Amino acid sequence: MNELLSQWTYFGMALSLICYFFSLWLQKKFKKPIFNPLLISTILIIVFLLIFQVDYETYNAGARYITYFLTPATICLAVPLYKQFQVLKKNALAIFVGVFAGCLAHGVVVGGMVVVCKMTPELLGALLPKSVTTAIALGICEELGGISGIATVGTMIAGLMGAILSPSLLKWFRITEPVAQGLCVGTASHAVGTSKMVELGEVQGAMSSLAIVVTGLITVVLAPVFYSLFV
Amino acid sequence: MKYVKQFMIIIGISLMGEIFHSLLPLPVPASIYGLLILFFALMTGIVKLEQIEEVSGFFLAIMPLLFISPSVSLITVADKLLSGFVPIVGTIVLSTIVTTVVTGVVTQSIMKKFGKRKSGKGVEK
Repeated sequence: MNELLSQWTYFGMALSLICYFFSLWLQKKFKKPIFNPLLISTILIIVFLLIFQVDYETYNAGARYITYFLTPATICLAVPLYKQFQVLKKNALAIFVGVFAGCLAHGVVVGGMVVVCKMTPELLGALLPKSVTTAIALGICEELGGISGIATVGTMIAGLMGAILSPSLLKWFRITEPVAQGLCVGTASHAVGTSKMVELGEVQGAMSSLAIVVTGLITVVLAPVFYSLFV
Repeated sequence: MKYVKQFMIIIGISLMGEIFHSLLPLPVPASIYGLLILFFALMTGIVKLEQIEEVSGFFLAIMPLLFISPSVSLITVADKLLSGFVPIVGTIVLSTIVTTVVTGVVTQSIMKKFGKRKSGKGVEK
């Protein structure tokens, strides 16, 4: 099976698109956070590869051409940032101090856990960038020499927690200010958490997307600092 | 013509990001340099929003699709993940909760202190 499929360049690309399209349909039908299209398509493809004993390399030979567009797609996050510049300017102090505090707390918790549990520097490099959007997380992970698969898993779990748990977290810790609600979920759970914030309200959605970019930029600077502190 | 121009601008900025990445000795991915270049280009008016609007909208809309192949790559590190499952997943879960709470509480208290409450209604769910 592996040999046959490795002859078809479009196999990986087609499989990705088919699974993603099916996952979008599932999400539309069931409207539950657990039906996250990225999560469901990933599980479907992994199950397919395991059942038919296909190597990841065979799948990725075609699928990587989709991944090439991560860089231009990340660059396009400049568009929502530009559109929301007025909201950013109005609450600049609270936004930057809040996101910066969150990024510091994240680095301290990850670094502390890595030291306490005696994890390898490869894991530290993969976990430090895990609260930012995957495109940026993978870039930072690569720079720090981390394991990209672990960075991706970490980013996915962080995102899904934001989509599923954030309403309860906001309630338990009495975070009721819409700007703060959107910002904190965007800081910890990037685009996947943002999808939940868009449902809560316009301000939450806008601030959450802003937090993705601000957290990404702060983490680019902070992650190497934390890496050298804890390694 | 319109789409070709929009695509050209965005891919051109991607190339500029890569050039910055290879010239500057900072651990900054090419995509972040590109994001900053596009942001400043929009702010200064060198690039107008309508010159990239459709193609950038397309890229933002399909973003989750672009993450599928990197996510599937976790099967290549399954052994590493399983061997350290509890500490790795524990770190991810704990750090995500702490980050959410710290950011939310700090932002909220600064906003209250400076009396800059926005008119939007707080949502408790």
